[in-house]
Amino acid sequence: MQSQAEVKIGDQEVKHAQQSEFVSFTVAGQAFCLKITQIREIRRWSPVTILPHAPVDVLGVMNLRGAVIPIYDLSARFGLEQTEASERNVVIVVAVNNKPVGLLAESVSEIISINPEEIQDTPQVDSRHTMEYIQGIISHDETMVRIINLDAVISVPEQGLS
Amino acid sequence: MSGSIQDTFFEECQELLEAMDEGLTVIEGGDHDPETVNAVFRAVHSIKGGAGAFGLDDLVAFAHKFETVFDEVRSNKLQLDVKLIQLLLRCSDHLADLVSVARDGGGVDQEHNDVLIAGLEEYLGEEEEELTFEPMGLGGPSVPLPLMDEAEKTYEIRFHPLKEMFGTGNEPFFLFQALSELGPLKVVLDETELPGFDAMEMDESYLAWNLTLTTSEPKSSVEAVFEFVEGLCELSIASDKDAEEEAAALAALNAAFGMTGDNAEPETPDPFDAPASAEVAPVATPEPTEKVEAAKPESNKPEQRGPKPTLRVDLERVDRLINAVGELIINHSMLAQQIANLDVADLRDVETELEGFKNLARDIQEGVMSIRAQPVKPLFQRMARIVREASAATDKSAKLVTEGENTEVDKTVIERLSDPLTHILRNAVDHGVEKPDDREAIGKNRVGSIRLSASHRSGSVCIEIKDDGAGVNRPRVKQIAIEKGLIPDNAELTDAEIDNLLFLPGFSTAKEVSNLSGRGVGMDVVKNAVTALGGRINISSTPGKGSTFTIILPLTLAVMDGMVVSVADQTMVVPITSIIETMRGSDDMINSLGADGTLLSIRGNFVPICDVAKALGLRKPNGDQPPGVYLLVETETGARSALAVDDIHDQRQVVIKSLDGVCGNIPGVAAATILGDGKIAMILDPESILAASPTSATFDTERRMSNAIAS
Repeated sequence: MQSQAEVKIGDQEVKHAQQSEFVSFTVAGQAFCLKITQIREIRRWSPVTILPHAPVDVLGVMNLRGAVIPIYDLSARFGLEQTEASERNVVIVVAVNNKPVGLLAESVSEIISINPEEIQDTPQVDSRHTMEYIQGIISHDETMVRIINLDAVISVPEQGLS
Repeated sequence: MSGSIQDTFFEECQELLEAMDEGLTVIEGGDHDPETVNAVFRAVHSIKGGAGAFGLDDLVAFAHKFETVFDEVRSNKLQLDVKLIQLLLRCSDHLADLVSVARDGGGVDQEHNDVLIAGLEEYLGEEEEELTFEPMGLGGPSVPLPLMDEAEKTYEIRFHPLKEMFGTGNEPFFLFQALSELGPLKVVLDETELPGFDAMEMDESYLAWNLTLTTSEPKSSVEAVFEFVEGLCELSIASDKDAEEEAAALAALNAAFGMTGDNAEPETPDPFDAPASAEVAPVATPEPTEKVEAAKPESNKPEQRGPKPTLRVDLERVDRLINAVGELIINHSMLAQQIANLDVADLRDVETELEGFKNLARDIQEGVMSIRAQPVKPLFQRMARIVREASAATDKSAKLVTEGENTEVDKTVIERLSDPLTHILRNAVDHGVEKPDDREAIGKNRVGSIRLSASHRSGSVCIEIKDDGAGVNRPRVKQIAIEKGLIPDNAELTDAEIDNLLFLPGFSTAKEVSNLSGRGVGMDVVKNAVTALGGRINISSTPGKGSTFTIILPLTLAVMDGMVVSVADQTMVVPITSIIETMRGSDDMINSLGADGTLLSIRGNFVPICDVAKALGLRKPNGDQPPGVYLLVETETGARSALAVDDIHDQRQVVIKSLDGVCGNIPGVAAATILGDGKIAMILDPESILAASPTSATFDTERRMSNAIAS
């Protein structure tokens, strides 16, 4: 474990030659990752309370120590097939605008430390959504890991609901 | 966190304005108790003092005039007659306006200001100048007041700060600087009390100053400089001339300082950022210090102010506490459930303890809720102003009588009641109360009376607005409703139904659009506001005698009684207040109507059935009607519907969790709650479920229309 890796938020760490840590996880068979500082906790999936009239990518709400937090299905959000949530799945709790939000993922894989220069720009593809949600890609162990742009993922459905 | 001194000032202003209003209302009621007059005077004076410190010139200038007139009253030079009281009331309204302009920005109604000042000046004779108060010597140019050409006088001032003064951050230097602005000043340090170095204590104050000031300003200005260190220093001011005038001024000042003193504390850490002086003393260790008579003993001041000591707490902290207590209650029921599931033979001891835990949790909850609860008094006092303004604008005379002002309601409820009450009261004056001449002609008192009362009624709060005006003009209301297409031409409505037409959107009876009401957005807004608070509103009216609006509100917005039901495998909560009765339905009670409508027959009456699961989009629209349980609910319009749910589990108190910020507005759902098993349950809003359900909506209108025709 590289404990000396910098745990600071913001662009600074990208500029500095320090490594940053990302948590990688799979969603609908694809590898994604989020900066470790964006993640508050990871929980096992438990059934949520359905929100009536909610879009397909909003699974419902969950009780997180007394707070009501919305749970999004990342897979559906990315335009992939809906996840059949089960005990094996995880909910990644992140904070967007200081509000906790849960993201359903298939499973969490590992923590990867990479140098900022290893992050590649997202290649141009047709899907507009994909371009918005993915802020870069990393090559790790011969696989492609997509870095999620959290602000784009969460703010959009929230506006859609209200 | 609201840290700024200015915020504190405005907070205090609010309290002072309330105190002033309260006092004036008592005076208006005929009680001219000198103590009440003093209280109002002190409130105005404190506002002026604070405003001076922040350079709020408009506010200072007006408060000064206001205060001066009041001072005349206090010294019995002016008689409190009806005209003066009315003027003072209007002035107090204007003062409140000025305060809010100073706080929020915006323009002052200069014309109104001038009219009031002119009105006040009528009451001021020659003596005015003698009692001129400079609010503070520090704030630079504060009040442009006409000063008499007074002869220059020489004041001998002895100033000995107590060590407490340094603890409040006051610096003698700034006081002297302020003094020197009044005229030539000679400062002599008196260090006679200074002990040797070995006997010197760090925190003691040994220095005193003898000051000689030559100025044309009245003594009050000199005193004003020391206003903020009042009680924190030994001060004597002696002038060489004009003993008679001085005596008069001193009397007025002493009275004035009697109150400014207790305000000095929060206001002191203001303009001067005191350089850390070696003499700064910890405030926390007050010692009995000898005082000359000029210094007012501090100890007797706080008691004069209010009946009970209070604590000002950030609302957010209280809300956090309320939240935590809600968790505690949820946690208790989770624990109880877990224990019940345990496979243990004898649970009696545990259950006894658990019961104790539950009672404690309830106690805490009630205690915390009562922190948020506030008396409706300030709200009612503001309403008096609404009635005053409304009567002035309509050339009617009406007075507001309030009852049950100490009834306590949740703070949020109070805040959100302000608009609906304002609306109802304006309407009462505008439409209800007749013109004075008309009133006299039918043998009523020329002055209309509007009674605003609040009371607790079995777990809810009842607010009643009752006027003694003409009552609802039913033929006219009905005619307008027909003209506006709100009801069919041939509708036959009962009196109560006609009265309730007032709440329909877009209904307005005003023949011409007046300043006050009649903008077309009327009582329906009131109704929506009340409904949003989980309350109900009713109107009853007797022609020629007046109308009564009754608003029933829940005591708190944080907890409510709900019925736990299951809908399409989801647990949900229906507010108990909206349920009239519940019943288990059998097939023969269900009657089809049209293609997909169903009616439930209850003792010979038919009510439309609304399947909650369908309305919430949780079940396919074509699924069979479940042989379930029906909750009979009544909507605001008085129409009844049966909500079909799968089962009823329990009836219990639930803690309301807002869904704001979690997701947007969901039709049919009011909020969420957390149940004993830790799961979140939606709290349903029957009204919007019915509105969202198309079949029910059509039935509703059809039923209403057929009802209207039939009855």
